Amino acid sequence: MSKNLRHIVLVGATSTLAIHCARLWLAQGAMRVTLIGRDEARCARVAEDLQARCLEATIAVKVLTSFDDPAVITACVEAVCAAAVPDTVLIAHGMLSDQAQCQQDVATCRDALIVNGLSPVLFAEAFAAVMDKVGRGQIGIIGSVAGDRGRQSNYVYGAAKGLVARYAEGMQHRFAGRGVTITLIKPGPTDTPMTAGLKAEGANLADPADVAADIVQALERGTRIVYTPRKWQIIMLVIRHIPACIFAKLRL
Amino acid sequence: MVALASWGRLECPAHRLEFLTDRDQVAARLQRVAESGIAYGMGRSYGDICLAPNGISWQTRGLDRFIAFDPVAGRLICEAGVLLRDIQRFAVPRGWMLPVTPGTQLVTVGGAIANDVHGKNHHVFGAFGNHVLGLRLARTDGSIIDCGPQMQPDWFAATIGGMGLTGIVVTATLQLRPVPGPWLVTETVPFVGLDTFFELADSSEAEWEYTVSWIDCLSGAATRGLFMRGNHRAGVAGKLPHGKRRAVPFVPPISLVNRLSLRPFNAAYYELKQRQRGLKIEHYEPFFYPLDNLLAWNRIYGPKGFYQYQSVMPRAAGRDAIAAMLQAIAVAGEGSFLAVLKTFGQRESVGMMSFPQAGVTLALDFPNKGSATQRLFARLDAIVQEAGGRIYPAKDARMSRAMFTAGYPRLQEFLNYRDPGLHSAFSQRLMDPP
Repeated sequence: MSKNLRHIVLVGATSTLAIHCARLWLAQGAMRVTLIGRDEARCARVAEDLQARCLEATIAVKVLTSFDDPAVITACVEAVCAAAVPDTVLIAHGMLSDQAQCQQDVATCRDALIVNGLSPVLFAEAFAAVMDKVGRGQIGIIGSVAGDRGRQSNYVYGAAKGLVARYAEGMQHRFAGRGVTITLIKPGPTDTPMTAGLKAEGANLADPADVAADIVQALERGTRIVYTPRKWQIIMLVIRHIPACIFAKLRL
Repeated sequence: MVALASWGRLECPAHRLEFLTDRDQVAARLQRVAESGIAYGMGRSYGDICLAPNGISWQTRGLDRFIAFDPVAGRLICEAGVLLRDIQRFAVPRGWMLPVTPGTQLVTVGGAIANDVHGKNHHVFGAFGNHVLGLRLARTDGSIIDCGPQMQPDWFAATIGGMGLTGIVVTATLQLRPVPGPWLVTETVPFVGLDTFFELADSSEAEWEYTVSWIDCLSGAATRGLFMRGNHRAGVAGKLPHGKRRAVPFVPPISLVNRLSLRPFNAAYYELKQRQRGLKIEHYEPFFYPLDNLLAWNRIYGPKGFYQYQSVMPRAAGRDAIAAMLQAIAVAGEGSFLAVLKTFGQRESVGMMSFPQAGVTLALDFPNKGSATQRLFARLDAIVQEAGGRIYPAKDARMSRAMFTAGYPRLQEFLNYRDPGLHSAFSQRLMDPP
């Protein structure tokens, strides 16, 4: 298979947004896609779906035993980059943690911070090191509107996503004017298995295909921060600017 | 519990949602959950066929994966929650297309199977089920049934058009048909009178793959309408539609389709289209799915929702029956904007309970005005029944048991294949012991 094919890496490849993004990319033509995930069977299913949609694509799967062990991450990134340095990396994994449980159980709180905050950063850092050497590449990290302001209903998840946001900001500064772009994606509540609980309560959720279209476009353009759906940019602008004395009275 | 509506928005009963995402786990999940319910894909059926008030709503949109595609034979294996839109957009650039799609592509494969949907080319390709090569059904006893035209054909015939009541469709194998590209040559022919419609339909069927008519049901005895026909066309290099989607942003306090608005609506639509008469080159999306870019268009009927009334009648009695129905609508002082008239071809439907049969079908929409609307429907029912016709379950929210039993002679046979752990408001209304 040609080395010149565009190489896209999806970290957290079984996430709904990652899958939808991959489908959009593969609709553009043949490319090399590497799926990184934890669950072998689910990864295989994603690979099967993507392969059926683009028979010419080269799809590889890497199943990791850990998403936060630095040694595992480093080895994985080295192995992936040995095949071909990625042109695009989308870091998409996450888990909507139960705030109440995080407050009751410090271990749950730690796990939520690791999977939503620490782990994405470690992957981004490892891939950025390789991209820095070749002087080109796109990294997309899925943050969240929840990272924009701490709220009583999900501040642990929000704090992890806030970490990702500040990290992305620093990376953008580091790579400013060079060939590597870092895009921070802030989706609003999206219709994915992660939000099944919200949906079961009747929440109005965004279509993942629409959100994915925004993500793909933002990565192609090298946009620094993208809110999707766009209305969340305005909503969060308002929420960020509510004075603390009023904010304290809101049950957001 | 979550309030869930069908496309008609007549009611919004509470359901407990269960999300299906892993195709290998569907049967086990169905077995584990004790309560009964019905599968729900896009909620595009109009009546109560996709609803099970206070029961389980098995959400199938998470089953949206392709499994394999054979680009030589044009065969696609996919999960049941895949949208027809996704298949079309995937297949058309590769020279294939779904042989049959309804007036919206925003429905799932499972829904298309459960309702054995039809399209504008019924006289050539039959219904959706005629192109399903096989499917996998998960039952609430935890069992799996693989069936197709040759494999367990009785289960296949029960499930095609089986209203989701034989089990939950998990995967399907679909035969696509080759197309030269996304372009169609289409023609709009204004007509006056039902006889002219039938002449146009008969003369078009041999030459045109797609035929459908809009009629102005307020135009009286000399029914005027627009006959639209289309064929695939190779070698066109046109500009792709930009696909700007808009949504009806909120539910207006009253139906925007009403006595005051309907006449100008219909007149304006007729005049506008009349001016565009003649041949043109069109992309398949606006021709097949004219309303898909207006999201939530069902909101225009206001908070009380609306009914669709779609019947099919044998050809011999069809002309007079349609004239009588239009007359009854006029007498009742009612009207319909989305009045669609189409002839069905001879191709036999696969399903025991499939709606399409040779003849002529008329689809009408009516804002819900309570008992006045029901009285009109009783009148229409009598006409349809006398003509030996039947009503489309996917659009129904109110037909009587007598009407259903008379229209679907294989009902008793079908009941043998029902999954006892699944029910819908429709099945309770028309199949279960009262």
